[in-house]
Amino acid sequence: MSKIQQINRRDFVKLFGLASGGILLGCNVSSDTKEFIPQVEGIFTPNLFVQIQKDGNIILLASRSEMGQGIRTSLASAIADELEADWKYITVKQATGNAKYGNQNTDGSRSVRTLLEPMRKMGATAKMMLITAAAKKWNIAETDCKAENHFIINKNTNDKIFFGDLVDEAAKVKIPSEESLTLKKVEDFKYIGKTLKSVDLKDFTHGTATYGIDVRIPNMKFAAIARCPVTFGSVKSVDDTSTKKVAGVENIIQLDRIVPPIGQFFGALGGVAVIANNTWSAFQGKLGLDIEWDYGENESFDSAEFQEKLTRRVHEKGKLVPGSSGNVFAAFKDSENTIEAAYTVPFLVHAPMEVPNATAWFKEDEIEVWAPVQDPQTARAELAHFFEIPIEKITINVTFLGGGFGRKSKSDFVVEAVALSKKIKAPIQVVWTREDDIKQSFYHATSAQYLKGSLSADGKVTGWLQRVAVPSITSSFKPLSDYASGFELGQGFTNNPYKLDNFRLENAKAESHLRIGWLRSVVHIHSGFGNNSFVDELANAANIDPVQFHLNLIGKDRIIQGKSDYPYSTKRMKDVLKNTAKMSNWGLELPVNHGMGIAIHYSFYSYVATVVEVSVKNGNVKIENIWTTIDCGLALNKDNIKNQLEGAAIFGMSIALFGKISTKNGAVEQNNFFDYQMTRMKDTPKIHIDIMDKMHEPPTGVGEPGVPVMAPAICNAIFNASGKRYRTLPLVDEGLV
Amino acid sequence: MNTTLSINGKSYTVDVQDDMPLLWAIRDIIGLTGTKFGCGVAQCGACSILINGILTKSCSMPVSYGVGKEMFTIEGASENLEFLREAWNVGNVPQCGYCQSGQLIAATALLDKNESPTDEDIDTAMSGNICRCGTYTRIKKAIHKAVALKNETI
Repeated sequence: MSKIQQINRRDFVKLFGLASGGILLGCNVSSDTKEFIPQVEGIFTPNLFVQIQKDGNIILLASRSEMGQGIRTSLASAIADELEADWKYITVKQATGNAKYGNQNTDGSRSVRTLLEPMRKMGATAKMMLITAAAKKWNIAETDCKAENHFIINKNTNDKIFFGDLVDEAAKVKIPSEESLTLKKVEDFKYIGKTLKSVDLKDFTHGTATYGIDVRIPNMKFAAIARCPVTFGSVKSVDDTSTKKVAGVENIIQLDRIVPPIGQFFGALGGVAVIANNTWSAFQGKLGLDIEWDYGENESFDSAEFQEKLTRRVHEKGKLVPGSSGNVFAAFKDSENTIEAAYTVPFLVHAPMEVPNATAWFKEDEIEVWAPVQDPQTARAELAHFFEIPIEKITINVTFLGGGFGRKSKSDFVVEAVALSKKIKAPIQVVWTREDDIKQSFYHATSAQYLKGSLSADGKVTGWLQRVAVPSITSSFKPLSDYASGFELGQGFTNNPYKLDNFRLENAKAESHLRIGWLRSVVHIHSGFGNNSFVDELANAANIDPVQFHLNLIGKDRIIQGKSDYPYSTKRMKDVLKNTAKMSNWGLELPVNHGMGIAIHYSFYSYVATVVEVSVKNGNVKIENIWTTIDCGLALNKDNIKNQLEGAAIFGMSIALFGKISTKNGAVEQNNFFDYQMTRMKDTPKIHIDIMDKMHEPPTGVGEPGVPVMAPAICNAIFNASGKRYRTLPLVDEGLV
Repeated sequence: MNTTLSINGKSYTVDVQDDMPLLWAIRDIIGLTGTKFGCGVAQCGACSILINGILTKSCSMPVSYGVGKEMFTIEGASENLEFLREAWNVGNVPQCGYCQSGQLIAATALLDKNESPTDEDIDTAMSGNICRCGTYTRIKKAIHKAVALKNETI
């Protein structure tokens, strides 16, 4: 799967400007073409680097963006483990956006899944070369040497040589073939499967980590852009009299919309940019603009009407989705106990704490960018396309991301910065205001679902009809994509874990009037909510305990997607369910007004089950406890995984309780954190996380899988506590918060 | 016009408008970028600093308010902040880290006036600071840990 290449010394010196010498290894990383996010066509000649210096310090390059998921630490620990390095010598450097590093698209909870093995091989290769160098020095066989904690040991004499002292010799060693590498056994892991603290803790606690918004280039300008409140509207006329009077404002530039070609890239919305010598003046100048807009074809878009329209559509026949089986209508006819329900989720926005921003310097025949991007290679390719600069003349420096959640996969803010830098011929930082971020994002789509199910007399589900209407992400790449696509339905709709003889899935039309994007766990938010809420309703109709009902519905141990590299095992799903039920003392009597709800979901190849305990008093819901179990295969960095699951619980609570973007006359109504609220410290329950011990299974997703279970588990718990069923998110609109 | 601001015990003379929020003077003019922009309307706490020891959202107070007062940011050092930093390390608190400057400053303000806060005290003191990554349980634990670390040294 991965190929290792030697970089010649001249390149090495050029790349790192290192006079002291050292070892540099590159490693091809396999591309992952099966992923659902549309990719730019490109060449894969990827490299990832290990650099060992004479003083023993090792610099490891992180090819994926750090946005809080701890990837810089995780990838480095995999290399260091196989290398037998002492962790205290490790420094992590961030790779620029470049195809030579392999696929750098940081989303889909796939970095560890796709990179663990290549990273381990990089470490193992470096170790073998150090062993060869030491064996030569001692004039003994390589098999008489071993690596241990930054030294190569002579097994016969117990003599040892420090890694740093082998650098010159090792650099001359021929790279061993991939086949000759022996990777460590699970039992011998030193860092993998243990807990390592973030390599960036010191910077995070001293304010010294450089996020995109912290980039400072000599003589740089700052820009704020007024964009049309209605998606794809344009400027008719501008009166900038007031803006020109704002101290610090230097320039006002109209930007046309940059329309992406069909199938790729994100472009930019255009608008009126205010250039100033500081951020605040740019913001003030923007507020002073009096712009007459041509709102365009989305002017009448009303999200409340749209949700009603989607709800109507899912009550009618939709397009049959392949994979349906049996005959649900016959099952419904035969049953004396059928139930039906409709569920809706609103539009959502990511609102990472660091707003979208980018710093760009267009220097005639080259472009340099500093930006918090999840997908630096797409940004790079996009700039090459729009600005007609050869891709090798474009440098994308990836900063820390102050949260991403999918927003920073879209490089529209980078395109804006480059377009402005080109016009003013100086480095410039574009900073979105929080209002811009809330009002002009790539939104998580709204959805409506209709479910109908039938039960046999003994409480078995005999038929399951599900209709879904959700605007498609594809619409952002290909206009008039009015139905959810296959990859979207594959996120929990076509592949639920239930054993259903009569299953029918229908897809209903859903147009896009906002830019549709992806948000942490994507379509799983919809499928997780619909599936788990409805199973709970069926359990109640059958008068069977929900945990037992779930187990019955999943049925016998089997593999659902046999062709995948990650077989979907119903046993593993049931195991996390049973584990969470046990952790939460499911079934024991609860205090008055308390209730528990369960939800399970499979996403990004990981299995998650969550139990939520709520109390409902005087119509107010309080979340008291959350218990989550994840089976993510090999758990690379345990405490980090725990942190991710805790965070996912909070993120999922925000979706269930508060999250809602609505539009009137085409414009988003929410403004800032006061009307797009999220979970705060005072709302935070006790959170209990358990990670299944599956060190011999391949690693699977961690960042996202904890999210989809939260909204249904909360709603199921509220039903358990109060007897009231909530099928529309967010709960704050139901007066519950 | 020239204005003198005192931050972390150091004096800075800057040429800015009086009505510029302290946040932007600190970040863009003085160049201390550890204090973060999150919302601009005192809703998220990313821009938290101490002014004469009082927790303040720097995005919503003008430069004129800071004149003649002592300001403290994440780049500064104090006994409680050091214990908090150590506790943040022990608890491996941050995820993306962006809000943590504000979280640490808000926690410093809390410990400066309350030597041994309860969970409820922490809920009250820390609910002005949003963490979108959701590290609240770790922050709460770390504040208790900072108190414990401080007590161990006495």
